[in-house]
Amino acid sequence: MPQRILYGGQCTIPPSADEPALVVSDVSFRYRSHGVDALKNVSVSVDPGERIALVGPNGSGKSTFLKLIIGLEPLQTGTIAVYGHHATACRHRVSIVPQRSIVDWRFPVTVRQVVLMGRYVHLGWMRRPKRYDHEVVDHALERMKIIDLAERQVGELSGGQQQRVMLARTLAHDADLLLLDEPLNHVDLTTQELMFHTIEDLCSEGKTAIVSTHDLGILDVHFSRALFLDKEIIADGPVSEVLNPQTIAQAYGFRFHGREEDKKWSTG
Amino acid sequence: MVDWLIEPLQYGFVLRGLLAGLLASAACASLSAFVVWRGMAFAGDAMAHSILPGIVVAYILGFSLFLGAMGAALVAVVGIGLISRYGSLREDTAIGVMFAGLFALGILLLSEVATFQDLSHVLFGNILGVSTADLLAMIVVVSLVVAAVGLFYKELLVTSFDPAHAVAIGLSPESIRYGLLGAVAVTTVVAVQTVGVVLVLALLVTPAAAASVLSRRMSTIMMLSVAFAVFATIVGFYASYYLDLSSGPAIVLALTLIFVLSWTAAHLSRKPAGADR
Repeated sequence: MPQRILYGGQCTIPPSADEPALVVSDVSFRYRSHGVDALKNVSVSVDPGERIALVGPNGSGKSTFLKLIIGLEPLQTGTIAVYGHHATACRHRVSIVPQRSIVDWRFPVTVRQVVLMGRYVHLGWMRRPKRYDHEVVDHALERMKIIDLAERQVGELSGGQQQRVMLARTLAHDADLLLLDEPLNHVDLTTQELMFHTIEDLCSEGKTAIVSTHDLGILDVHFSRALFLDKEIIADGPVSEVLNPQTIAQAYGFRFHGREEDKKWSTG
Repeated sequence: MVDWLIEPLQYGFVLRGLLAGLLASAACASLSAFVVWRGMAFAGDAMAHSILPGIVVAYILGFSLFLGAMGAALVAVVGIGLISRYGSLREDTAIGVMFAGLFALGILLLSEVATFQDLSHVLFGNILGVSTADLLAMIVVVSLVVAAVGLFYKELLVTSFDPAHAVAIGLSPESIRYGLLGAVAVTTVVAVQTVGVVLVLALLVTPAAAASVLSRRMSTIMMLSVAFAVFATIVGFYASYYLDLSSGPAIVLALTLIFVLSWTAAHLSRKPAGADR
């Protein structure tokens, strides 16, 4: 049975190289309050080191998919395994950069405090961060080139700087499976490059990243695999194979020819 | 000057009153930053009003008003939790329903059994009516609240700032939220004795509001909040003793004055206003 490790519990499960990073089997999800299906029979297997783009229009279930993996929404049907174990069995292994709207940017915390939150999972209840944790935080801040912003309140930063803070927190978390929900919204190009560069480095070290986006232009440059989602999986495979007009049309619910549809295309 | 400060404290009931006031303001102020920045002002006000029937029932049955208030606070927290969890209603709606209902029940019961004098003590506080037993109970409650804020500080931070990350690392933002609501409830019970049901909100909101226009750092805001609340309590207490004012309003007005001064100072020096939305 799924083993559930609570906050701060030490992870005793050894990393196994041959297990997939993520296995999602036959997962469906319906929001009870709206009575709308968000995901239908989704099955995906992800190997360590993959860089996956999760693509689809708004309301296609991208966020729900990521929320189910971290347990922000309860699993209704199907199973999710992270490195061969129940998704909540090893919190150290999964980190999320959530959608910007979930975060209360006005809350009076400094950049350093936010990045330090990435260490909480290793600390648990009532344990204070130690010298090592602060060193990890400094390193993450330097890597994202925001060490000079460390004492600023996060709400004072630009959108791009804020996303660097969130990625720095993920670095401090030292997770193996990185989930990023629309990290490119409101982000400047320099930050975007730095983020992809960092993700590429991490994945070449064997970490795995799933990035939700609706920016089709970046797929072939920055990702090894694309997953087109519109409540169910429309296409799944290497970017060069699945990035074609048919898939895009199917995911975004229109055909390429015809005036009615052109309008939808232009409004995104 | 020293004589002037010490003179009132020769009387046991006055000394107990001052200690009770200081305890209540310290507890409220240590929660104040979270109440302000998590937008829980309405919940805090509702808690203060919801404990009225508990106080009255305890008064009628002749047991500790403090325990009566605690019981009512518990009913309010559980009620709010149940209504907002197992229904389609928003939490502030659930709070509104519980708040109005319990307060009305309290007023009705009170008007049946008590005089106007008793009523005004409950509504506006009676800092000089604190018994030794009350004071001991307050010390226990306030120590627990302050210790809880210290021990769970990082969990309060992460659930306030980013609930998704909190869930991802195995925390339950909902449990932390109810824990905080519970802490606000018991703190309210302590503070009602000194400033009364109607003005408790001031002790929960104004200290951190004043501190937040001066600083954007959580730890600084919290320390300034406690300093402001304690100072205002002392000022209000002596003003009430020497000028024969009602203690609750005197404390709250002192606190409001501190807010006006910090707000003015912050805006004159063109520092960014932290509490602005």
